[in-house]
Amino acid sequence: MLRYIIRELLRHRLGLICLIILTVLYAATILSQFLAPYLPTDQDLKHAYHPPTKIVLQDWWPHVQVYERVDPSAARYEPVAGETVPLRFFAPGEEYSFLGLFPTNTHLFGVDEPHRVYLLGSDATGRDVFSRLLYGAQVSLSIGFIGILVTMSLGFAVGSAAGYFGRYVDFLAMRLVEFVIAIPSLYLLIALRGALAEYFDPEQMYLLIVLILSLIGWAGAARIIRGMALSLRERPFVLAAEVMGQKSGRILMRHFLPNLASYLLVAATLSIPVYILAEASLSFLGLGIQEPGTSWGLMLKQAQELKVFTLGLWWLLTPGAAIFVTVITFNMLGDVLRDIVDPRHQMGED
Amino acid sequence: MHRSKESAQEETVAQAEEVDRLPPLPAGETPLVEAEGLTVHFPVRGGLWRGVRGYVRAVDGVSFRIRRGTTVGLVGESGSGKTTTGHCLVKLLTPNRGSIRYKGTEIGSLSKRAFFPYRKRIQMIFQDPFNSLNPRMSLQKILSEPLEIHFPDMSARRKRERAAELLELVGLEADHLPRYPHEFSGGQRQRIGIARALAVEPEFIVCDEPVSALDVSVQAGIVNLLQDLQQELGLTYLFIAHDLAVVEHISDEVLVMKDGVIVERAGSEEIYRNPGHPYTMKLLEAVPRL
Repeated sequence: MLRYIIRELLRHRLGLICLIILTVLYAATILSQFLAPYLPTDQDLKHAYHPPTKIVLQDWWPHVQVYERVDPSAARYEPVAGETVPLRFFAPGEEYSFLGLFPTNTHLFGVDEPHRVYLLGSDATGRDVFSRLLYGAQVSLSIGFIGILVTMSLGFAVGSAAGYFGRYVDFLAMRLVEFVIAIPSLYLLIALRGALAEYFDPEQMYLLIVLILSLIGWAGAARIIRGMALSLRERPFVLAAEVMGQKSGRILMRHFLPNLASYLLVAATLSIPVYILAEASLSFLGLGIQEPGTSWGLMLKQAQELKVFTLGLWWLLTPGAAIFVTVITFNMLGDVLRDIVDPRHQMGED
Repeated sequence: MHRSKESAQEETVAQAEEVDRLPPLPAGETPLVEAEGLTVHFPVRGGLWRGVRGYVRAVDGVSFRIRRGTTVGLVGESGSGKTTTGHCLVKLLTPNRGSIRYKGTEIGSLSKRAFFPYRKRIQMIFQDPFNSLNPRMSLQKILSEPLEIHFPDMSARRKRERAAELLELVGLEADHLPRYPHEFSGGQRQRIGIARALAVEPEFIVCDEPVSALDVSVQAGIVNLLQDLQQELGLTYLFIAHDLAVVEHISDEVLVMKDGVIVERAGSEEIYRNPGHPYTMKLLEAVPRL
C-alpha cells in the first residue's frame, strides 16, 4: 500500500512538485546550522535593519557588496560603489555540532569579518534574517510532525477503542470528544498556555506548545477513526481474529491500524498546516516560542512594528512567505494523497 | 409495536418453554457438539434514552447434536438465524439462554477468557472470501497469526514451514506465502481462509456459507476440499448454507431453520426425497436444476 502511494505520488505532477518543495524545506531545516552563516542570536547593532546584500560576480567569483549607513536614525544604507568582499564557501564561523555527530565550525558560505552577508537582510538588532529563518524552521516545521504524531496516536487509541469495544467505552470516549470539540480552541489554547506555563521553563515552551496543540487536536481525529472502526469491527477478518483468540490490543494494532493507515496518512498531511499555523499564531500573540529561541511566528511578531511598513523593510516579512509556502504545499500534498487513496482510484487494485 | 420491557421478557420465557427436546442419547455416546435450547435475542433500542423497545428473536430455542467426524448442514434463508447460531458456537456471541456442550462440557456460558482453550479446537470459515482476509497482511502473516496465538513457542522458521504446509494442504503453493490476498481469486481466497482455520489443528469447524459467495464452478472444488480434509484430519463440520443442494451433498444430517427455529431435521437423502415441512419444499424448489 505504501509502495503504491509513493509510486502514484511520483507519477502525479502536483504531488511530485509538493514532495520536492517539502524535501528541500526539510533538508534545509536539518542542515540549518551548516547552511546558516550566523547564529540566530548573533547580534550586530551597527547593522540594524540592513537590507539584503547584493551578490555581484567579479573575476569569476561571487562578491558581496559593501554597504554604508547613510542615516543612522532611519536605518538607511547605501552600497559603496566598487567596494566588495569575496564570498567564501565552507567558511569558518561559529562552532556547532554537525547533525549532532561531530563538532565543526564550517558553514556553507560567509564573508570575512567585520563585513557581513545578509541574504535576506537583518532585523532590529542586526541579526541575519536568513539564518533565523533556517533556525526558526526547526521549530515551525517540526512542530507539525510531532503534533500529528501525538494527536494521531491519541486519536487512534481513543477512536479505535471506542469503535471496537463500543458500549460504555464508546459512550465515555465520545462524550469526552464532544467536550473537547465544544470549547473554542483559541481560548483553550490561551487558557492552557496560562495554566501550564508555570510548570515549564521558557526553553521548554516548545514542548508545552506541542502538548497544548495535541490536547486540542486529537478529538476530531478520534471521532472519525471511531466511525471507521465501527465498520471495521464487523469485517470478517476481524471476526476471524476474534475466533482464533487474538487479544483486543493486537486486533487494534494488526488489523485496525494497517487498514486505517491510508486515512491517517491523509489526515496527518492535511493537519500539519494546522499546527504550523497554530504555532505561528501563538508565537505571534507572544504566547509561543520565546526569545532567545526563534520560530517563524516569533519572527513575524517582531516584524509587527510600524517601522517595517513605513521604511519598506519587506525582508522582515519573509517568515510569513515561508509559512504560506509550507502550509499551501502540505495542503496540496494532502489533497493529492486523498485522491490517491480514495477507493475510486483503486479500481482493480483491491 | 411498542411493547413494554416486561411483556417482551415474558414472551421470551414463554417461547423458551416450547423448545424442541432432543431425543435421548444412546448409552455411552457423547456427541462432539451439543446445543440445547439455544436462544439469542437482540434488544431493539429506540427513543430518547435508547431504552429497550423489544427484542429480535434471532435464534429461538435451537437444539442439535453433531457427532464426531460428521457434517451437519444448517439451511435457511437469510435472516433465519443460522449465522447467529454459528456465531454462538465460536463465541462471537454469548447466547441469552440455552447451553452449548463440547464433549459434554458446558462452554456456552463461559467467559471469553475461560473460552480461550476452546478457540484452538473450534474454528470458523467465513462466507465472504474478499473480506475475511486482512488486505494489508501477506499470506505468511495471515497464517502465522493463529500459530503465534496458540503455539507461542514455535520458532519463526517452523512457522514458515507450517504456513507452507497449510497452503499445500488446501491446494495452493508454498511460494504464494509472500503474496497479498488481492492477488488471488475468490476460490483461492476461500482456500486461504480454510488454511487459516486449520492452522490451529481444530477438531470442529463452523463453515458459515463457505461457498455461497463463489462462482458455481468454483463451489464444487471448495466442497470437495472440505470433504477431503474431513477424511484426512477427522474434522467435524457445522455447514451453514442457504442452498439445499450444496448442503445435501456434504452433510450427514440436515437442519432446516426458519425465523430462529429449526423446522425440520432429517438425514440428508431423506430430506431431499421426502421433505416434511412446507418451507423445506420451498427451499428444494429454489434449487436450480440442470
